[in-house]
Amino acid sequence: MQQFLNVTLTGLGQGAVYAAFALALVLIWRSTRIVNFAQGAMAMFTTYLALTVIEGGQSYWVALAVALVTGLVLGAGIERLVIRPVEGGPELNAVIVTLGLFVALQALAAILFGSTFQSFPAPFDLRGFTVGGVNIAFTPNSIYIIVAVVVVMLGLVALFRFTDLGLKMRAAAFNQEVSRLLGVRVGRMLTLGWALAAGVGSLSGLLIAGGSLVFPAYMDAVIVYGFVAAVLGGLDSPAGAVVGGLTIGLLLSYVSGYLGSELVALAALVILVAVLLVRPQGLFARTAARRV
Amino acid sequence: MSQQTDEPAATTQASSPLTTEAPQPRRLDAVRRRLPRSTFGRHALIVVVALVAVVLVLELTSPFRNSQFATMSYYAIAAAGLTVLTGLNGQISLGHGALMAVGAYTTGLLLGDDGTGLPLLLVMLIAAVVTALVGAVVGAAAARLHGPYLAGATLALAVAVPGLAIYFDHTLGGEQGLPVASPDVPDWFSDAVYFLSANETPTAKYLAYLGWGTLLLVLLLLANLMAGRTGRVWRAVRDDEVAAELAGIRLGRVRVLAFVVSAVCAGLAGSVLGIVVRLAAPSGFTIVLSLGLLTAVVVGGLGSLVGALLGSALLVFLPPAVTNIGIGAGLDGTQAAQLAPFVYGVVLVLVILLAPSGAVGVVKQIWNRSRTNRREPSTRRTG
Repeated sequence: MQQFLNVTLTGLGQGAVYAAFALALVLIWRSTRIVNFAQGAMAMFTTYLALTVIEGGQSYWVALAVALVTGLVLGAGIERLVIRPVEGGPELNAVIVTLGLFVALQALAAILFGSTFQSFPAPFDLRGFTVGGVNIAFTPNSIYIIVAVVVVMLGLVALFRFTDLGLKMRAAAFNQEVSRLLGVRVGRMLTLGWALAAGVGSLSGLLIAGGSLVFPAYMDAVIVYGFVAAVLGGLDSPAGAVVGGLTIGLLLSYVSGYLGSELVALAALVILVAVLLVRPQGLFARTAARRV
Repeated sequence: MSQQTDEPAATTQASSPLTTEAPQPRRLDAVRRRLPRSTFGRHALIVVVALVAVVLVLELTSPFRNSQFATMSYYAIAAAGLTVLTGLNGQISLGHGALMAVGAYTTGLLLGDDGTGLPLLLVMLIAAVVTALVGAVVGAAAARLHGPYLAGATLALAVAVPGLAIYFDHTLGGEQGLPVASPDVPDWFSDAVYFLSANETPTAKYLAYLGWGTLLLVLLLLANLMAGRTGRVWRAVRDDEVAAELAGIRLGRVRVLAFVVSAVCAGLAGSVLGIVVRLAAPSGFTIVLSLGLLTAVVVGGLGSLVGALLGSALLVFLPPAVTNIGIGAGLDGTQAAQLAPFVYGVVLVLVILLAPSGAVGVVKQIWNRSRTNRREPSTRRTG
């Protein structure tokens, strides 16, 4: 029973991070119909920048701000420079470009920061709370992770629901031609969408790194889990991404706790294939059919 | 597509009664007339010429180069399979590294670590069949996906499969990997090489011959497949699904078949890799391998076997050169080793942005342009 509780709590913490990552994928998919496979590498890169800032003697919070801002800039820059030319083209081209970015960023990080494992500090205590004399796998840091993800999500909801800018971004994602006729600067909205997504991605990279090890490939598996979570939620629906992320976090945590951690990636593959074959529109799709 | 436009004499002569004016004599017509008329014959001729070239190159280069060529052979086998799948059938796969792992592990298990297992060629055949079965399962799922969904699913495959080797660590050797026995050089083979070139045949050279023999066989079969009905059907599915379906093509079957053919190549490549590297380990089949293969086929030119060859040569011969440049520029060894993947990534992006048809496509464009300038434009209707 205690193990079940621990596995569940660990899963919730991880699920929150996957949810943030899936949300970043969904933001980009909604606006440009591109799955950004470079998302993980971009997050890894900004996490390394944050680590450099921390090693330079600054606090975790300064590093967090640096990571988020560079994430925004990186996302906007990448959209302008390399994604814009392939938008609306053959879908394989966009996939290949993001994969090229993925490889290049990962190698660049290894060149600049080294490929050894480095530990990344956590802002809060990593020892679990004690409930009734039993130590459970729920730490102040997990609370921080969940709160951070929830705050970001509420912020995004507020942006998209209650501001003019959010309305314009939704319009640009919904129908580029019509929005352009109505005076929305579609290009800028797409760049902004990529910047926001990269910022959210950076946050998830930083949250995963907190209290564990970073190395250039540490986000590889997270790309897959985030993608599975996004597809589970329908790839079009931000709320779906959140629920998908939490579900994937829990399921993978159970697999890891009861079957073996080597099988986690395989379990993700099985879930992905099952979802795509049984319910390709995802759990939360509004449109009736989607071609996968 | 442009395959047809390049076919010489046979088609031109057959269609000449239909055209109003006789085709103008072209340069090299005398050579063309002597070429075999069947497509298979022409491909076989090219393969024989290539075989002679391979023997010359392997006999004249150092053992170090021989082992580089052995490495290139397995990259090229896998890349040829991938270029057919992605370029001809339009399915992307980031999971070919995982399929190669299946081939390599099968080879390792069947050969035994002391080489007392089954004979080598039989083992390679079984490795190809096993990978084909895995490919059929993956292909059946992949047939219903496209674009980014397919990329994501195969990426998940590439990330998941190495974990299996760690999970079943008593049979598959865990993190350390499974040692693969290195085959002995058969006496008849070393005798034949000695008869030809008066050179001894060390194992490294034998492995290079084995790899290139397999590669040429694979290329011959794939070239025929691409030139024939199957290739046409695959291209039809790639270009317009609805039109293909209306023409009576079963999309699902075609896609699964393409995936299986591609998986067979990956399995053979994995088998050769296992024998050459003498080890099948999870660290050898990471996502980097799959993305490297994708780089090779995109940079060479999607859908072109020559492009796959060029791309895999790049994968083998570029890293040492780039690493040397890096060390010369003052980087340390591990950093310099990462320059090669960095260059791959940048090149991959640049190729898609600037020349999406790859190296072969660019050469073909230049060639076609110079030909149209030379000849009457009205006689060229294809292209």
